[in-house]
Amino acid sequence: MLNYIWAAIIIISVVCSVVTGRIECVSDAIFSGTKNAIDLLISISGMMALWTGLLKIADKSGITVILSKCFAPILKKIFPEYDNNSPVVKTICMNITANLLGLGNAATPFGIAAMKEMNKTNLNKNIASDSMVTFMVMNTASIQLVPTMLTILRQKHGSASPFEVMPAIWIVSALSLIVGVCFSKLFSKNK
Amino acid sequence: MNRFSFYIVPCFILIIVAFGLLKKIQVFDTFLSGAKEGLMSTFSIAPSLIALITSIAMLKASGALDIFSSFINPLVSKIGVPSQVVPLMLLRPISGSGSLALLDSIFSSCGPDSQVGRIASVLMGSTETTFYAIAVYFGAINIKKTRHTLRSAVIADLSSYILSCLIIKIMFYS
Repeated sequence: MLNYIWAAIIIISVVCSVVTGRIECVSDAIFSGTKNAIDLLISISGMMALWTGLLKIADKSGITVILSKCFAPILKKIFPEYDNNSPVVKTICMNITANLLGLGNAATPFGIAAMKEMNKTNLNKNIASDSMVTFMVMNTASIQLVPTMLTILRQKHGSASPFEVMPAIWIVSALSLIVGVCFSKLFSKNK
Repeated sequence: MNRFSFYIVPCFILIIVAFGLLKKIQVFDTFLSGAKEGLMSTFSIAPSLIALITSIAMLKASGALDIFSSFINPLVSKIGVPSQVVPLMLLRPISGSGSLALLDSIFSSCGPDSQVGRIASVLMGSTETTFYAIAVYFGAINIKKTRHTLRSAVIADLSSYILSCLIIKIMFYS
């Protein structure tokens, strides 16, 4: 998909600049663009390393296991067909915790493991079950507590208060997650 | 509220390191292995970031984005969406590094503390790369029919978009 989008962006910008007579600006932008990309990488890499290092400590010390136990009651409501001690609920808990902490690399394996578990009891292995759809929607809505990359980027561009948008992000994330889960339930009823 | 925000990061670090020590974790070694993973995953997006940031810089310099904005502005401004964030809304579900590149360009042209910058921040923080995630999860277990997944996920994304614009207006500009 990005294949076509990227090509389209380049074709549109060159053609458009010829028409509007701004080819010089585009030529300059190519040089400054590559430099900006590397500047961005360098300026975020320090904080990203610090963050992932700390999260590794948190993960190893069992914070994730403690946190994941808090979600079991809520998950019982969303996935009523699975028992609280089933491997499905356990892997979903770990997936949610990893997502909350922003451990993207850890969340995906847990998520796929949960999907595999759910597919075991799925009648048709090629068609997603209701619970699989709901779980998928939960993973396409962001539930990250501290959006690291965003905060670093705001800081880099000289924000007076990089964290000021966080309450807004939590509210919007929670609401859109609820909307997504409710609609997935609604659509599954109206077959 | 502003002074409070300075406590968040140092206290977070303190809690994690202290809790790790308490649980007898080799905190330093564990930190190093985690930081190494973080560095590698950050630099692994370098090629796509260079490709996308450069192409978006070209697009901005060509004036095509201005033309696009002037077309859609009358449509979206009625529902309170600034035209500058529309490209971000379109790219966000498809590409993580692409939307990061767009966010970077929004911050440098409008500033992170402007209304557009704040809306873009909330929008970015409250959504995911929806299409990519669906492809990875269902691809991994060979699900061919995703049924109502896409509909539900897109509705959730759209509600994030509208709510981002609304909440910034309510929290900062009312």
